This record gives sequence, C-alpha cells and structure tokens, in this order.
Amino acid sequence: MKPSPFTYHRPGTIDEAVEMLGVLGVAGKVLAGGQSLVPLMSMRLAAPEHLVDINHVAGLDRVEVDERTVRIGATVRHRDVELHEGVHAAVPLIRQALVHVAHPTVRNRGTTVGSLVHADPAAEMPAVLVLLDGAVELRSTRGSRSVPAAEFFVGPMESSTAADELAVAATFVRPPHGSGTAFHELARRHGDYAMCGVGAVVTTDADHAVTAARAALISVGAGPVLVDLAGAVTGSGGGFKESAVRDLVDAHIDPEDDIHATAQYRRHLAHVLTTRVLDEAYAAAVSARRGEGVVS
Amino acid sequence: MTRETLVPVAFRVNGAPYQLELPARRLLSDAIRHDLRLTGTHVGCEHGVCGACTVLVDGRPVRSCLVFAVSLEGADITTVEGCCDEDGGMGPVQQAFQDCHGLQCGFCTPGFITTITAYLDENPDPTADEAREAISGNLCRCTGYQNIVAAVQRAAELRASTGLGSGPGSTGGAGA
Repeated sequence: MKPSPFTYHRPGTIDEAVEMLGVLGVAGKVLAGGQSLVPLMSMRLAAPEHLVDINHVAGLDRVEVDERTVRIGATVRHRDVELHEGVHAAVPLIRQALVHVAHPTVRNRGTTVGSLVHADPAAEMPAVLVLLDGAVELRSTRGSRSVPAAEFFVGPMESSTAADELAVAATFVRPPHGSGTAFHELARRHGDYAMCGVGAVVTTDADHAVTAARAALISVGAGPVLVDLAGAVTGSGGGFKESAVRDLVDAHIDPEDDIHATAQYRRHLAHVLTTRVLDEAYAAAVSARRGEGVVS
Repeated sequence: MTRETLVPVAFRVNGAPYQLELPARRLLSDAIRHDLRLTGTHVGCEHGVCGACTVLVDGRPVRSCLVFAVSLEGADITTVEGCCDEDGGMGPVQQAFQDCHGLQCGFCTPGFITTITAYLDENPDPTADEAREAISGNLCRCTGYQNIVAAVQRAAELRASTGLGSGPGSTGGAGA
C-alpha cells in the first residue's frame, strides 16, 4: 500500500507549472488535493514518474462570484466551496451536490477542479458542471482554452485535459432568474460512491409555469448524463408527468451491474430520484419567485 | 537499487517545527509515525476509508494516508498527541471518551479524537444526530458507535464547562 517512487516538483507560479508539464508530457501528472490520485498510487493502479504539486502555485486558490458566473480555482478545496456563502447564494446547487462528496475530512483536502479532471462517472461535481453549462479553463505552453462541460467529459475517468495542460479553474454559469435546483443520491454507505445520483435545474416564468427543466445523472453512464425534461412538463406547466420523466430518463441512461447494485435497480433509482429532484427544484423555483417581492 | 532522492520540507507538528528530508512518496501518516516517531496516529486501511489516521492540517481534519508529506510545506499539523490539555493531561475529547467508554481496542480512537476536536470548534453544541454525522467518516469495529456519539456530546459539555473557547483544532494549531 505504498506508492511507487516518483520525482516531485513544486512550482510556485502557473507559468512554471505549465512549463514543467510541457517538458514532462505523459510522464507528468498534476497533484492537487490528491484524494483520488494518492489512493490510486498507493494501490499501484497509477504510477506517474513525475508529480507536479500545484498546492503552492500562487493565484489558483480563488473563488470569484459575479453577475453571471461562479469561478473556482484549481486548488480551492471542496469544503471551501461548500462553505462559501457567496457561492451558495448564487448557485445553491453547488452546496446541494458537494455535501454528497465523500466525507468532510476528504472535502477538506480534495479540490473541485481536481474532481472534474478526474472525471469519475460516480462523481457529483461533473454533473453540476454539465447542468450549469460550465467550462474548464486549461493552460499549457501552447496557450489557453476553455472547454465547455459537454465536451470536457470524454469517458469514464477521462477528461479532455491533455498531458501538458493544467486545469486552472472551472466556471459555473448561474441559472436564469426564476430557477430552483436540487440534488439527491443514494449510496450503500454514507459518504460512499452513489449507486445513482441526480441533480436538477428547473426554471419558471412569472406565472410559476415551467419554462425549462434539466437533470444530470451520475453512476448510470460513462460520465454525467444530461437529460432535457421540458418534454415531461404537464399541460398547465405546474409540474411533471412521472411516466414521461421515466421515459426520457430511460432513453438516455445506460446503467451497468456491479457489486453495489444491479442495472435494473440503478434504473429504478434514476426514475425515483429524478422525479424527486424535479419536484424539489420546482418548489424551490416557485418559492424563490414568491420571495422576490419581499427580498428584491 | 538506487537510493530515492530526498525532498526537503518544513512544517510544524503539535507546535514544534520540523525540517525533514523525505522521499517524495512518503505519506504523511508514515512521516508522522516513522520519521517523527509520533505513533499515536494509527494507520488502518491506508486508502482513505477508515479515518484512523486523521490528523488536523491547519486546523482541519485530513486523512494523513492521503497526503504526501512533502506537499505540506509550511503547514501546521496537529496529531492526537496535540489534543491534550495545556499540562499534558487529557483534553476534553479524550476525557469524554474515558467517561463514556467510547473506546474498546482503541485502534480507531486517534482518528476520532482529532476529528471531534476540530468538529467541536465548528459546532460547540451538537445534537446526537449532528454528532453521528460528524463521526460518519470514521470506522470503529468494536463499540457500535453509541458510546462515541455520547462522547461527542460529553466533550462538548466539558469544553463548555471549562470555558475552552478553542482547542488545538482551531486554525493556528496548538502552541502556534
């Protein structure tokens, strides 16, 4: 249970870090929180020759909230994002999902951007990025690019980050006015990987009718599975047809059997949890609209 | 076999400064036990599941088996040895574990003590449900957890009665 030897690099600036990654190529790997990478190395499932430790890189530890987006730097810990009141006020979905990420002890060290790059199909934050039309900013000596969530997750444990690229930040777009969100998941043990998890964003108009509804599901596909559920809204716009939700979800997910749950059970969870988060997100949207007369 | 390159790193443990030269792959848990000879920190699963190796890094609980020691340049680390009171006697969380019979074999206890010490800084008066949630990342194979939940609440009482506003878990660390 000990990692194999590697050469350690501790850059102090983004330029130094990308320079190193550029030279090292596929032999190099970025170390941020290490909450996924270190156990993989201890179990010898990963054995990078070089680790570029970005924990001491200046400027990567910022959280920025503006009118349109929430931007989270590469070394910001899950726990800091979770406890950030500005982030929660702007996008409640982020905290709603983060409380399901492992345990607080792991969230104290693990980073949100690291979790995105790791691209575990059971991870919560990739679903949030997809749901909020987010993007990941990548830097290398070749230049900078921003990859939208829809193109970022390539497959299980695979993002579109190239070997010489450093993910410097992730940006989440604030949902439109009149939106509500929710996130739920079910795991065998508290803090363990979800057998299925679902996040939703529901947007309403001034008459409380649903104008847009989307859900992102985890652990039921190769990556986060985005489902547009506008087609499942009832005629009056005041809720969702359960059978239509089920059909739309079924058309998108591809769950597999494993030691934790059968594919059939995951499918059942996907139906139940999607219905639950949609109802909750809709209720949150309505109460936000009701509250705004008083608040704003 | 060639010798591994050593990487210099400096951090504080329980208030004392250390300057070490370690192989890059040395886990913090091993650095604490083997290099510093502080064997209060226990290593259970060594892949982040059991919580036995939990220490405080800058006041926050972290799994020491999931961190490379060389990555903690400048950090302030508190182990179970640092969770005692000022005279070196038992701290409130340790006392509460004794009062409530919160341990049997004791292997998992250091991880619980550090986790709870930091948690009570955050929430000085937890309900039984909150206490249970707070320890949910730590495994104990002996007790069945009932007495540990009771110990969390007892430790909160002890802290309140002795006016301990902040323990070693508060940012800055013991003796910082």
